Amino acid sequence: MTPEEEAEIKRRQKMRNYVVGGTLIFFVVLFYLITIARLGAQ
Amino acid sequence: MNTIVTTTNIMPADWRDFFTLTKPRVMTLVIFTGICGLLAAPGTIHPVIGFTAILAIALGAGGSAVLNQWWEADLDKGMKRTASRPLPDGRLRREDARDFGIFLSAVSVGLMGVAVGWLAAISLFAAIIYYAVIYTMWLKPRTPQNIVIGGGAGAFPPFIGWIAVTGEITAMPILLFAIIFMWTPPHFWALALFVKSDYAKVGIPMLPVVAGERATRQQIMIYTVLLAPIAIAPWLIGGTSWVYGSVAVVLSALFLMLAVPVLSEERQGADPLQPEKRLFKFSIVYLFALFAALVADRVLFANGLIGGGVFA
Repeated sequence: MTPEEEAEIKRRQKMRNYVVGGTLIFFVVLFYLITIARLGAQ
Repeated sequence: MNTIVTTTNIMPADWRDFFTLTKPRVMTLVIFTGICGLLAAPGTIHPVIGFTAILAIALGAGGSAVLNQWWEADLDKGMKRTASRPLPDGRLRREDARDFGIFLSAVSVGLMGVAVGWLAAISLFAAIIYYAVIYTMWLKPRTPQNIVIGGGAGAFPPFIGWIAVTGEITAMPILLFAIIFMWTPPHFWALALFVKSDYAKVGIPMLPVVAGERATRQQIMIYTVLLAPIAIAPWLIGGTSWVYGSVAVVLSALFLMLAVPVLSEERQGADPLQPEKRLFKFSIVYLFALFAALVADRVLFANGLIGGGVFA
């Protein structure tokens, strides 16, 4: 594997981690807001 | 199922390829009609729950699009239009796409059930099964009426949006479903008449190829005629006021007028396929305008600016 390929693999892994992390944070916030909304309706 | 030999690539897939698999452009129409169903439904929904309902519909549409491309990877490889998609191009492993599609679909149904309601979740599950299994795997390769059947998948979003608010299935969400169901064949077949696809090359029986252009033109007219009373029906049954009703009458009349030259094959001007192109472009305007009128009608009604009756 060339150094360029290795760098590209690392870059892609890093980007995927950011996307997965961002999605998880989004869902944590969303579920918090859903809980507040559902509790408010009762 | 087809067999593609996936190239073992040590390079991890780019996240954008996963995103592309969800067909984001198709998703915009799904989101638009879903929001219209949600806004037009009687009753109120908390903005967070409404947002979650639309998100779940979008995730479900994305999941079924991924499963569709997973199943059709070999067919896509044989067609110019689709050969550069992530799977036929070898940028993603098929197993990863399958797992991603199942994951997205499961998350969408679970999210809808937990946050919004289980009737909406069951409807969303039915929509995913309808598109990914009944349409993609079963009927698309077997019948030239595949577009009619496929239209059913696109018809689910406003139906689900409506149910998310009301929690029950009534005549109105069924009519919204029927409008998109009847609209899809003239919309798609008009396109198929002027864009020659290579579906025939990969063995998908598209109507213009199997039954010929004449039969396709007749089918366009049949579905356009059937669409008109269904589009006007929400007004006739008292589900909307004259605001939506008048827009539906005018739009349906225009749709019919534009379908006539497609049927009669009257040709004027330099471009022999101008009537087909005109009908296709108008069909997009038709759907957006009809659903926008529905929402406007209900917003005016909710604010007391118009009455609830047929001529109020």
